[in-house]
Amino acid sequence: MASIRELHQQLVRKERTATEITQAALERIHQLEPKLRSFLAVTADQALAQAQRVDDQLASGEEIGLLAGIPIGIKDNLCTKGIRTTCGSHILENFVPPYESTVTHKLAEAGAVMVGKTNLDEFAMGSSTENSAYQVTANPWDITRVPGGSSGGSAAAVAADECVVALGSDTGGSIRQPASFCGIVGLKPTYGLVSRFGLVAYASSLDQIGPFGRTVEDAAILLGAIAGYDSKDSTSLKVPIPDYTQSLIPDLKGKRIGIITETFGEGLDSVVADAVYQAIEQFKALGAEVQEISCPRFRYGLPTYYVIAPSEASANLARYDGVKYGFRSEEADSLLSMYTQTRAKGFGAEVKRRIMIGTYALSAGYYDAYYLKAQKVRTLIKQDFEAAFQSVDVLVSPTAPTTAFKAGEKTADPLSMYLSDLMTIPVNLAGLPGLSLPCGFDAQGLPIGLQIIGNVLREDQVFQVAYAYEQATQWHLHQPEI
Amino acid sequence: MVTAAPVKTKYEAVIGLETHCQLSTATKIFCSCSTEFGSEPNHNVCPICMGMPGVLPVLNETVLEYAVKAGTALNCKISDYSKFDRKQYFYPDLPKNYQVSQFDLPIAEHGWLEIELIDEDGNPNRKRIGITRLHMEEDAGKLVHGGSDRLSGSTHSLADYNRAGVPLAEIVSEPDIRTGQEAAEYAQEMRRILRYLGVCDGNMQEGSMRCDVNISVRPVGQAEFGTKVEIKNMNSFNAIGRAIDYEIERQIEVIESGGTIAQETRLWEEGSQRTISMRLKEGSSDYRYFPEPDLTPIEVPPEKLAQWKSELPELPAQKRHRYEADFGLSAYDVRNLTDDRAIAEFFEATLAAGAPAKQSANWIMGDITGYLKSEKLEIGAIALTPEALTELILLIENNTISSKIAKDLLPELLTQGGSPKALVEAKGLTQISDTSALDSLIDELLLAHPTELEQYRGGKTKLQGFFVGQLMKKTGGRADPKLANQLLLKKLAG
Ligand SMILES: [Zn+2]
Repeated sequence: MASIRELHQQLVRKERTATEITQAALERIHQLEPKLRSFLAVTADQALAQAQRVDDQLASGEEIGLLAGIPIGIKDNLCTKGIRTTCGSHILENFVPPYESTVTHKLAEAGAVMVGKTNLDEFAMGSSTENSAYQVTANPWDITRVPGGSSGGSAAAVAADECVVALGSDTGGSIRQPASFCGIVGLKPTYGLVSRFGLVAYASSLDQIGPFGRTVEDAAILLGAIAGYDSKDSTSLKVPIPDYTQSLIPDLKGKRIGIITETFGEGLDSVVADAVYQAIEQFKALGAEVQEISCPRFRYGLPTYYVIAPSEASANLARYDGVKYGFRSEEADSLLSMYTQTRAKGFGAEVKRRIMIGTYALSAGYYDAYYLKAQKVRTLIKQDFEAAFQSVDVLVSPTAPTTAFKAGEKTADPLSMYLSDLMTIPVNLAGLPGLSLPCGFDAQGLPIGLQIIGNVLREDQVFQVAYAYEQATQWHLHQPEI
Repeated sequence: MVTAAPVKTKYEAVIGLETHCQLSTATKIFCSCSTEFGSEPNHNVCPICMGMPGVLPVLNETVLEYAVKAGTALNCKISDYSKFDRKQYFYPDLPKNYQVSQFDLPIAEHGWLEIELIDEDGNPNRKRIGITRLHMEEDAGKLVHGGSDRLSGSTHSLADYNRAGVPLAEIVSEPDIRTGQEAAEYAQEMRRILRYLGVCDGNMQEGSMRCDVNISVRPVGQAEFGTKVEIKNMNSFNAIGRAIDYEIERQIEVIESGGTIAQETRLWEEGSQRTISMRLKEGSSDYRYFPEPDLTPIEVPPEKLAQWKSELPELPAQKRHRYEADFGLSAYDVRNLTDDRAIAEFFEATLAAGAPAKQSANWIMGDITGYLKSEKLEIGAIALTPEALTELILLIENNTISSKIAKDLLPELLTQGGSPKALVEAKGLTQISDTSALDSLIDELLLAHPTELEQYRGGKTKLQGFFVGQLMKKTGGRADPKLANQLLLKKLAG
């Protein structure tokens, strides 16, 4: 299992070619996919062509960037020009975007080699990747279990070494929770740090694209490549992007770390709690000052999210109507029946559930009680975090209340499924950066994730704390046997 | 059937207008597609205005500039904090199935516009019509239905998204309007203002300005409003007035005959000159508005606001007041001169060059406007400059040429341009105002027409006209008419 920097060294020293690295990744995908089903599409031809370009650059003596020739998986809700982008939905089963998302464009410019489009819960709605209209992705640590979601395909692919790094999107935990379940590093950046242009919208005010890697450094390198202002996204921030690898210092002297009291309550597996407590001891050993911090409104995050996200989704998904692109039911005999049949057949159950919740919450007579109230609570949650960051540099919590659950275990009970995002959702509501990294294993050998939350645009601090912990522990060296 | 006269004294109409104006930016409101009218279907489109997955809107700053300028010219308060919202409804001409519009925090509010109706005596009656709000939004596309002119009954429908994302300003008036004439004048004044600002071309035929009317009637003296009916589909100011007059009569008739007014949308039919019911409005539609999360709130920086305000031209009403006060022109003349900003500016340029206002106004509103109308030209398209027109007028004023000669020269000046003075000299058209020259010409004339001279002197003084005519003929119209008449009279008298 090589890291970005190791592969880069091999390329620069001409020990391996980009084509060889790509072929090896494609070979591993070929071997593992029957069991894992991480990829909705493998883009072998484009990948080999891109690898060849990198090899040509090397042959002509050009300098290459760190990501050049590195195999990468892309969540299939990121638009790729000329390559089918399904969002895990039947309604986009034939959709080939005529445009490229900003992040994949930046990666292509950096020479990264996209090996395929990864599986996800339909329209990124879900916590297990079981809501994909196409396939169920397995957890590489136990293929009877889910990889988490919604970016389960990306997380499983990186954990199983089908690619070195991957991109996911995170609206309520969709990067951090699967990173936790799959034992890798995943980061949701500050809202606005990464352009959303070309990310198929689920909930626009919460969605952020972020990196998966097997190490903190890999995640930091990938974030550096995709972050930055984009004139195509009005919500993207005009801020300078630091070199995140500069903050990878294995020392926490003087760092102030807060433990969110409210995340150690009911519903938290004791094995997860124990692992996080041990991680806290490790932070102390590394010189950090640790204190408990209360975020009293943290627990209102989940209900708040399940008003705001579906509300935005109900509008964002209105465009899938069979008129312009994507699936259209051919049995309809009127405009209304074309709409209803297309959407009834094209969307899965969870997507329809959230569209209905959102439509209801925005309806006349309910708007104030639901949407407006939720926005007010969102402000209060943000204020709790602001207050906490007065006295600490980062906050920590478990990433998810449990380790990976069995496939099918929660599909009949949406509420218990929603609870797996309890710890991650408030971070999206506040627009903060949050990272998950492995901090132990349970009795079944399933990885446990630790969440590190930073203040707005303090990805550097999040990376530093994560890196120091990672270097002091061995968890990231464990590999799933598959 | 109730007779019109007593009915009209019993009822009054309460009318408000909703005006949709296409802001004349080169590109659309949230993408860089062209706003050009009349392109091939789906030619001016991109993934953003087609509402494809994953695309995002970015506000065209010129749209904001135009909306702020329009709001300022309509005496509105420009909001410190404004935002876009999503207005949700499903229709195939709406690519995202929501329209990005402004709901509770429009860019401009609480303004007014002054209308001026000229009465029988030519005096202007002025009235302020309140402007409730002005907001920015995107236009929808256009559907063409196969086998029917509406969706229902058609075999198929084709969608053209060229218009989707074209920027609009929706301007809502207070229900301060009482007659069709007032409404038509409100719409015309709105058009003048927007054209003065250069933010909307106001072309009703191409749909770049559309007016919907909300109208109810109530007995005079009653405070509460009657049931409101919406009328659409008027594509001229005249039609707005006529549709309202028709609708007032219709509503009064329904009430007088014991019926009730249905809350509905009606279409003006130009052919039959009547309104017909299009659809009933059952309750209010629920558009599930919520703030557009893909766009940040709008806070116009104070220096931008100040700059845009400073760029406003003198507006039609200000010009009208100034022209009346400064030049003693009639309300009617003033209206004609200020209707079009380019004409007003042409007029003002002649004054700056030294032309007397009344004469300049007469030339512009008379022969020049006549020429523009017959040739379907804008004033900017003629070769005659304001300076040349001034020169022409001054040639008449100082008796170098007669106004008849000036009129004869005008066509060439309009099409070829050039200096009137040079043209007069080149053609030898200078007026003969030399007494001795005219005297000898008159002597020749009298010698040539002894019979008429005798008749004149015998009392048939009407023959004076005959001699004037002969003199003009002899001089090719160049004789100074005033002087020639004087001398002729003297000589005729013997
Ligand atoms: Zn466009």
